[in-house]
Amino acid sequence: MSDIILKAENISKQYRLGLVGLGTVRHDLNRFWHRIRGKEDPYLTIGAVNDRSGKATQDYVWALRDINFEVKQGEILGIIGKNGAGKSTLLKLLSRVTTPTTGVIKSRGRIASLLEVGTGFHPELTGRENIYLNGAILGMTRSEIDAKIDEIIDFSGCEMYIDTPTKRYSSGMTVRLGFAVAAHLEPDILVVDEVLAVGDAEFQKKAIGKMQDISSGEGRTVLFVSHNMGSIKSLCSSCMLMENGTIDFIGDTDEAVSRYLEVNRQHIGVDLSKRTDRSGSGDARIYNITYLNDKGNDITSPVSGEPLTIRFHYQADREVQKAIMGVAFFNKNGMAVTGINNDEHGYFLELKKGEGYIDLVFDRLHLYAGSYYLTSILSENDSKEQLDIVEDAAVMEVLPGDFWKAGKNNRKRNTPVIVGTFKSGSYK
Amino acid sequence: MNRKDESWLFEISSKRKLIDLNFKEIWRYRDLLVLFVKRDIVTVYKQTVLGPLWFFIQPLFTSVIFTLIFNKVAGIDTGAIPALLFNLSGITAWNYFKVCLNGTASTFKTNKGIFGKVYFPRFIVPLSKVISNLVKLGIQLLIVAGFYVYYYYTLPDMVVPDWHLLLVPVYIIIMAIYGLGLGMIISTMTTKYRDVSILLGFAMQLLMYLSAVPYPIKALKTKVPEFAWVVDYNPLAHIIEGFRFALFETDDLQFNWVIFGGIVGLGAVLFLIGLVLFNRTEKTFIDTV
Repeated sequence: MSDIILKAENISKQYRLGLVGLGTVRHDLNRFWHRIRGKEDPYLTIGAVNDRSGKATQDYVWALRDINFEVKQGEILGIIGKNGAGKSTLLKLLSRVTTPTTGVIKSRGRIASLLEVGTGFHPELTGRENIYLNGAILGMTRSEIDAKIDEIIDFSGCEMYIDTPTKRYSSGMTVRLGFAVAAHLEPDILVVDEVLAVGDAEFQKKAIGKMQDISSGEGRTVLFVSHNMGSIKSLCSSCMLMENGTIDFIGDTDEAVSRYLEVNRQHIGVDLSKRTDRSGSGDARIYNITYLNDKGNDITSPVSGEPLTIRFHYQADREVQKAIMGVAFFNKNGMAVTGINNDEHGYFLELKKGEGYIDLVFDRLHLYAGSYYLTSILSENDSKEQLDIVEDAAVMEVLPGDFWKAGKNNRKRNTPVIVGTFKSGSYK
Repeated sequence: MNRKDESWLFEISSKRKLIDLNFKEIWRYRDLLVLFVKRDIVTVYKQTVLGPLWFFIQPLFTSVIFTLIFNKVAGIDTGAIPALLFNLSGITAWNYFKVCLNGTASTFKTNKGIFGKVYFPRFIVPLSKVISNLVKLGIQLLIVAGFYVYYYYTLPDMVVPDWHLLLVPVYIIIMAIYGLGLGMIISTMTTKYRDVSILLGFAMQLLMYLSAVPYPIKALKTKVPEFAWVVDYNPLAHIIEGFRFALFETDDLQFNWVIFGGIVGLGAVLFLIGLVLFNRTEKTFIDTV
């Protein structure tokens, strides 16, 4: 089963920045002039690294640069990376929507892509007609669809509407029908981009299950792009991390996911006052976050179940009468664990001009041991005016503690603690 | 892993062959072609009251206006063929060529949504346009036939078709080939530079008057001999004229086998050039459209 089914060799993709105008005509003519003399494209040697936030210094940009990888038969390869890392460009190349500027992708199997479900649905046609049309667009033959039509209708759960034009469908139904068709494709390689983000929970579960079946049961290969680290971890046997158009890491899924989150959090070590990746008006800014115990002493790591004060030190350029402080706690997979926000508490905070602090006081810290990433949100007047938002402003390492006062340290769970007691009874 | 005899099903790269039309692949997608044709026919007049009647109304009204202006006012002589029938047949043929060309030329622009998501042989789309419009053409030819029969019984010296009628389907294929070929050439330009599609709109309008649609070539030659060469060098004019000749077979229309051969040859060249350009464009058009 370790056959290489897909192989990418040195693929790069160049895009032109800016508008189409007289400049492009000039470049096109120049390129043509080089080609008829048998010379290389003069614009291939230039091009900036794909860093979205940077200034556009050149006319060309490399959306992908020298990508090399191999995919084995039956593997589910996850592809993760920040927005603009080149994931979608790579998928476009794999699904043959466009070709790489340089390099070659070799495949031993048919590739079907699910970049968007319901591609080519015609609103005037009925659900059944659209199944045929969509299936044919995705590369199925009529007899293949005939054999599966009942299964597809059943999977979509839209049987009642199947002979109604799809323009009368709800958006959820359209997606379900589209995914149902795609899920019954039988390509050797399936390329999936974030389709699981749609549909209700029941349907998402169904879709994930179907993808697992496709890979494990039928031995087909899946390439899966997602921002949801949970589904990446549960589905993928290996994972590729992309950054700025290059492969940052490829291999073990857990390693790739933690690297991805690290990349996102590489600024955590930076002094909070020097962080620039913040949003809001900046009239008041959080410049430091410290932890204090019940005696008012600075501590580095809080303990589960112990009293704790998180102190947010601020610098305000003006007086803020009705400030609202919000703190969100994320786990290391980037999922929100819990949060607290004083706009629900019925009071506002008053910030004086100059430096000061906001304390968040816990009598007992209701968090299990683990790493928590704090996002601080400072706003004004019913959260309408945002003053300062810093994602992953600090990381809080909570140590195991004797939460239940039982002489035992609790486990590391990385979740909030729910309070309850067990009691037993008997029917005799 | 060090297998030297690497057998890949396909490769994706920027390298391109001159003509890369994969007939095997198009054959594999034949069901898609059928479905596209069906979709085009079924959905055009959904939620209209008159439905397929619109197929009749448009050419009929245009013919009536043409007859009024060109034949009654301007006094163009259509010879043995009744003016209305003359115009109707010309407009029907021209319309078919026009929709083939427009449909093909706008392939990339109108389908960028699907083309940007999935791969299938792009050539399927213009091909489906040509075929689905064939149905429309067939219906319109029925009206032509209707008027033909009407005039046959009402006019004493009405023209009668002979074996040249067999050339009608040949001319239809020629029109489809010209539409596809020119359309594919234009489509490669419209993806990046929209100027071309704006130009195409009124160019087609003007071209119709230069293509012998509202007049026979002979009538032009006797009226304005100094400008007749413009029309004489226009292959489209000879296609329309030849199509009419195949229908009516009269000396008032120009037809000879040399011109016919020239038209077929030119059509093949246009089609091949179009195919080469189309193949080149379909690979990366999504980056520039």
